[in-house]
Amino acid sequence: MNGARPSIKLPWDRVGGLFIGWPKWARWLVGALVVILIYFLPIIRPPLITTPGTDFGGVMFSCAIFALVAVGLNIVIGYAGLLDLGYVGFYAAGAYTTGVLTSEHWHWPFFFALPVAIAVTMVTGVILGAPTLRVRGDYLAIVTMGFGEIIRLVVTNVGWLGAASGIKDIPQPPSIGPNPIGPTGGLFEIPHLDWSTFPPSLDYDHSTRFLKFGVLDAVPYYWLVLTALILVLIADRLVKASRVGRAWEATREDEDAAELMGVSTFKYKLLAFALGAAIGGLSGALYASRQGYINPLTFQLVLSMLFVAAVIVGGAGNRWGAIAGGVLVAYLPERFRSFSDWRYLVFGLALMVLTIYRPQGLLPPRRTRRVMQAEEEIEELEGVGADVA
Amino acid sequence: MHFDFLFQHIFELTITGLALGAIYALVALGYTMVYGILQLINFAHSEVFMFGTFAFAWVFVFIHGTTSASQGLGSTIGLLILALVAAMLTSAAVALLIERVAYRPLLKKDAPKLIALISAIGASFTLSELMGVRDKVAAWFGLEDNLSNYVSNARDIYANPVTINPKGLFTIGDYTVTDVDLVVIGAALAMMLALDIFVRRTRFGRGIRAVAQDPESALLMGVNSTRIIQITFLIGGLMAGAAAALYMLKIGTTRQNAGFILGVKAFTAAVLGGIGNLRGALLGGLLLGVVENWGSAVFGTQWKDVVAFVLLVLILLVRPSGLLGEALGKARA
Repeated sequence: MNGARPSIKLPWDRVGGLFIGWPKWARWLVGALVVILIYFLPIIRPPLITTPGTDFGGVMFSCAIFALVAVGLNIVIGYAGLLDLGYVGFYAAGAYTTGVLTSEHWHWPFFFALPVAIAVTMVTGVILGAPTLRVRGDYLAIVTMGFGEIIRLVVTNVGWLGAASGIKDIPQPPSIGPNPIGPTGGLFEIPHLDWSTFPPSLDYDHSTRFLKFGVLDAVPYYWLVLTALILVLIADRLVKASRVGRAWEATREDEDAAELMGVSTFKYKLLAFALGAAIGGLSGALYASRQGYINPLTFQLVLSMLFVAAVIVGGAGNRWGAIAGGVLVAYLPERFRSFSDWRYLVFGLALMVLTIYRPQGLLPPRRTRRVMQAEEEIEELEGVGADVA
Repeated sequence: MHFDFLFQHIFELTITGLALGAIYALVALGYTMVYGILQLINFAHSEVFMFGTFAFAWVFVFIHGTTSASQGLGSTIGLLILALVAAMLTSAAVALLIERVAYRPLLKKDAPKLIALISAIGASFTLSELMGVRDKVAAWFGLEDNLSNYVSNARDIYANPVTINPKGLFTIGDYTVTDVDLVVIGAALAMMLALDIFVRRTRFGRGIRAVAQDPESALLMGVNSTRIIQITFLIGGLMAGAAAALYMLKIGTTRQNAGFILGVKAFTAAVLGGIGNLRGALLGGLLLGVVENWGSAVFGTQWKDVVAFVLLVLILLVRPSGLLGEALGKARA
């Protein structure tokens, strides 16, 4: 007797199948066009999706940061199956390493500090993971949550890290081209589109200076994060398709069986933890540089919960699902400003509804989709058998 | 490091630690019982506690009004008991609601533990945020003016208008033990004793132990496991409500996210004593309260929460089964 309710199907479940018959070059072409479109999104400013009342470039930047974080957390939750509720700790570690190296105690240029921030966060991940990954899965969630909170309390209380007032004057990445203060500089100017007339006109009052990193315009940061995201995605794909990815899958599905088959599960779990931490550190560093200042209030534990919500809602185990989740979590409250008070409530409800009706998330991994399909087919066959009998 | 401070105030720190620990222990019971029968961390239990604290304060606002006053324990005893009952009932209702909405559908599907935990996190978020937007919910119904004493500034600290004045009773060392301390510790111990008898002596208690030991056999022996799970949540809720009342008696203020830190600490207490073990929850709670107080004396109060978290991590690493060992089912009749 299996009383399992079939999970709800969504219209895009079969979209992936559309491209199956296509030649490789055509798929690449479509992919490249989509990527270019995404790069130019804050320039094109398509009506309906732009955010009234908030700078659209800034919103796109947060979407990209959340997507990057979600891709990193997806390695931990989706691939290795470890529920990490303290991911914000790594985000904070990356941001604070950048802050300390570029502003608080030393004055390194941003791109020197970035790899160090990633490395420091990765080491933090190993230090936290080595003792905790041996505990049971549900305990791990609580332990990581404890660690996330410890990191926040440490940065709040240690004077060397700026204590409660945080770190100010974190430098921007170097601009390409002249970098005067004010609305000029950069190599050339890219006007945004203005959709108030039809056909849309070029809006020279609102333009982006190509690769001038300043406080006024978030678009160059968006490009920077997007580029980082694409690089991370390529690495993610390579790792997932390798021996390591298969080891994660085996560990997640059945740890004992994997261990018996000779997979060193602890080592691979630690690797997942470290890689996830590194990506969290990268996003934290990029965030710190865009923001210019950081303080402990930014790294509350609810942020961790939002990250987890992004991965689970999007579909743990599928990198595109994680990206979709991250973008949704960052975008929705900005698009619907009056909704921002309700966002945690909505995400809480979404988590409950999803776990009950569609535990695999909005965009489940291909493997899960195949399982769903197979179950459906079996059910159909059983239904036919019942009719005959 | 302020060891001299610790030794100078050892009695004060220990007794206030015990009072705090008694509250942790009562909340820990909810975690430990649910874990004992379902092997599930009821992440939303902290919100059960939080709703209790609000119910307690609302009773005071409803009967006493919002004018702040400061009264002794004796003159408010009637109001206190009423508020205690309200807090317990509210918490129990919230606990039952969580069981019905967030867990039962998953239990029926036999979902993996991690999925249930995520649902629990969702429930916790939902409840805490619901309290945080209660002013807006009231505005939907056009009641924000009528209910402004209860719902305005929903995200800020909400204080009980009546401050309970502790009265010194006798002195140990150089610390004067107050009636509030005694009531908190005494009430918590009495609750624990009652619960212990309930689980060991009654028919429902036997059912709880049976389901914890082996759900399938229990089912075959005619135990209605759904009912038993409900009763477990109900008891956990009642205890959390009592803890909420004692917390309000001692601290006096609450907040929509007040449950979170306390929940983590109560869970720590449950794990410290051995999750699934009722007496372990008591021991763990009291121990945690005292250690935390001592730790904050040595390292400074801003490190208080860190002490609790580090303790949790250490226990999980060194002795994950806790001090008394985990087992609700193995409790002898």
